[in-house]
Amino acid sequence: MQLKGWKDLAIGAVMLEPGSCLAYETGSWRTQRPILDLEKCAHCFICWIFCPESSIQVRGGKVTGIDLTYCKGCGICSAECPRQAIDMVMEATARKGAKDEG
Amino acid sequence: MSAEKLVEIRWHGRGGQGAVTASEILAEAAWEEGRYFQAFPDYGGERMGAPIRAYTRISDSYILQHSQIVNPDAVAVLDTTLFSLMDVTEGLKDDGALVVNTSESPADIRKALKLDKARVYTVDASRIAVDTLGRDIPNTPMIGAIVKATGVVSREGVLRTIRERLGTRLGKTMAEANAKAVERAFDETQQG
Amino acid sequence: MRVKVKGKPVALRGDEAVAEAMRQINPDVVAAYPITPQTEIVQTFGQFVANGQVDTEFVAVESEHASMSGCIGAAASGARAQTATSGPGLALMWEMLWVASGMRLPIVMHVVNRALSAPINITCDHNDSMGARDCGWVQLYAGTMQEAYDNAIQAVRIAEHPEVMLPVMSCMDGFILGHTFEPIEILPDETVKEFIGTYKPKHSLLDVEHPVTYGSVVFHECYYEYKRQQIAAMEKAADVVLQVGQEFGDLTGRYYGLIEGYELEDADFAIVAIGSIGGTIKKVINDLRGQGQKVGLLRLRCFRPFPAQEVAQALGNKRAVAVLDRSLSFGAQAHQLQMEVAYALLTHGPIPKMVNYVYGIGGRDLLPSEIEGVYRDLMEVAETGIVPPGVRYLSVRQ
Repeated sequence: MQLKGWKDLAIGAVMLEPGSCLAYETGSWRTQRPILDLEKCAHCFICWIFCPESSIQVRGGKVTGIDLTYCKGCGICSAECPRQAIDMVMEATARKGAKDEG
Repeated sequence: MSAEKLVEIRWHGRGGQGAVTASEILAEAAWEEGRYFQAFPDYGGERMGAPIRAYTRISDSYILQHSQIVNPDAVAVLDTTLFSLMDVTEGLKDDGALVVNTSESPADIRKALKLDKARVYTVDASRIAVDTLGRDIPNTPMIGAIVKATGVVSREGVLRTIRERLGTRLGKTMAEANAKAVERAFDETQQG
Repeated sequence: MRVKVKGKPVALRGDEAVAEAMRQINPDVVAAYPITPQTEIVQTFGQFVANGQVDTEFVAVESEHASMSGCIGAAASGARAQTATSGPGLALMWEMLWVASGMRLPIVMHVVNRALSAPINITCDHNDSMGARDCGWVQLYAGTMQEAYDNAIQAVRIAEHPEVMLPVMSCMDGFILGHTFEPIEILPDETVKEFIGTYKPKHSLLDVEHPVTYGSVVFHECYYEYKRQQIAAMEKAADVVLQVGQEFGDLTGRYYGLIEGYELEDADFAIVAIGSIGGTIKKVINDLRGQGQKVGLLRLRCFRPFPAQEVAQALGNKRAVAVLDRSLSFGAQAHQLQMEVAYALLTHGPIPKMVNYVYGIGGRDLLPSEIEGVYRDLMEVAETGIVPPGVRYLSVRQ
């Protein structure tokens, strides 16, 4: 990536583009992947409250899944879930499984 | 050059007696007469009762220096209990004036301080203050005494300043009482 | 040229004069914490707020770290923000000073110079603002109370200039100027209002139509570039200080530059100093000139940016120069002002003989006779050609 020189950057390190963090895919950091069991989920939203990357996907008042583009695999959701509905599995294993199924 | 007609006065008092205000009122009286001035305090911790010093510098020309006054032309002492704490005459010019708030005579003060230089003036400023203002705040009568002793500003000038400055701050009655205190001090100050 | 504005002569204490300037500036936000000897600024301005004489949102914060933080938040929201402090208060702000300049927020801070603890001391020296000289703030130092008032007004224009956008410290000596009662000329309110104009921020956190982010994380990829921008802004600030000083002079008759020379041009012996000591030095110069001595003064009005070329040009032809520091850099070869002056002369030459003096630490007075002694020293240095090694510490007991 070509970085701007000092004369071209906006002064004061002000970021002029709103929501630019969307381009920063923290999912690439993940070594462990959360696996959500919707059978056990009570839709209490505790995971949604705790998730530091806002990766818990919600639709119509129900938890529907986890956005793996941004989930960095920290496991807070799994640790906080009162129903033990979220399991953390090794990312490499999860990918392999996905490939085998695919 | 600028030293011509420079008059420097040191005020000794205790926090609450109004030495700083006195140093400023005298300065403003000089300003009324078209002259230049500085008035500045020298505090330690600002506490009621603590010894404080204040200074007034008056000149016909713009005052450049901001150093302390070490050889004053006049010293005003608002409280004789300060005598035991410091040498109030330190640096006073040989032909300078020492003005003291006391019921004693200039000769008594001269003796008490073992002073053989300078002119000594006394005035019972505390008593005048109690008579005219109802409280022992000797600063305004001491302005009258300093004016009498030094002639640094005119009697009329200082009275006008007192009436204007204190009038806006304390109201007309108190301003008049202060003016009266100054007048009495002017008349009752003794030299010896 | 337009007609000069006639000001109103008033008798005020230095702190009150600065508060008066703040009233006329009418900042959007003032976040401040009182500390001696700045207290009277906050106190007087607080009365203006209580009386409804200003529109300012006054935030009574819990510390100076918070006061600078408050100013930063307000300024990032597009407000004209100001504060005032002294000595230890400035020290407590240190972290946030860098944030203010790094975010390029044109905050104006009125600094009433005070010595730093320990031991505790409330009186004047310059170690507080000198300790903050590398924080990316423009620094102006007043020589007189009138200048403290005038600088307070000009600081707004300097800070907010689109090519500067840097915070400004407008400094004056604690007690010596701050608590001294003197006559000064106050400009009409309308004149000040017109002179400072309306602040039009380029970005504002409150502008929801154009959302921006302040205070993001920037590592080695770009941090250095942002600092390089601050260097350039500081260089530009020198032009703007001059330009604003000229404009202020056209308006009031009181012209200001980066430096002030007094009897300097034909002087053989010069003292370089900052702050109110300039007045006492001028008095000594008048006395010595009366005796036929060619002595002069160079007073720095602007320390950041440091006007190296002007200083070198003014001093290069002197037989000997004394640099008077009112601050200490422990373990350094010389103290803050001397180091700057020496490097200015080294890069812009020629280099006269120089002696570094320290004076006025923790409020210690410097008398006219001692200043005269400095000129006598310089005459001896020129005569013998020998510069004594080391720094000379004036009026310290042996």
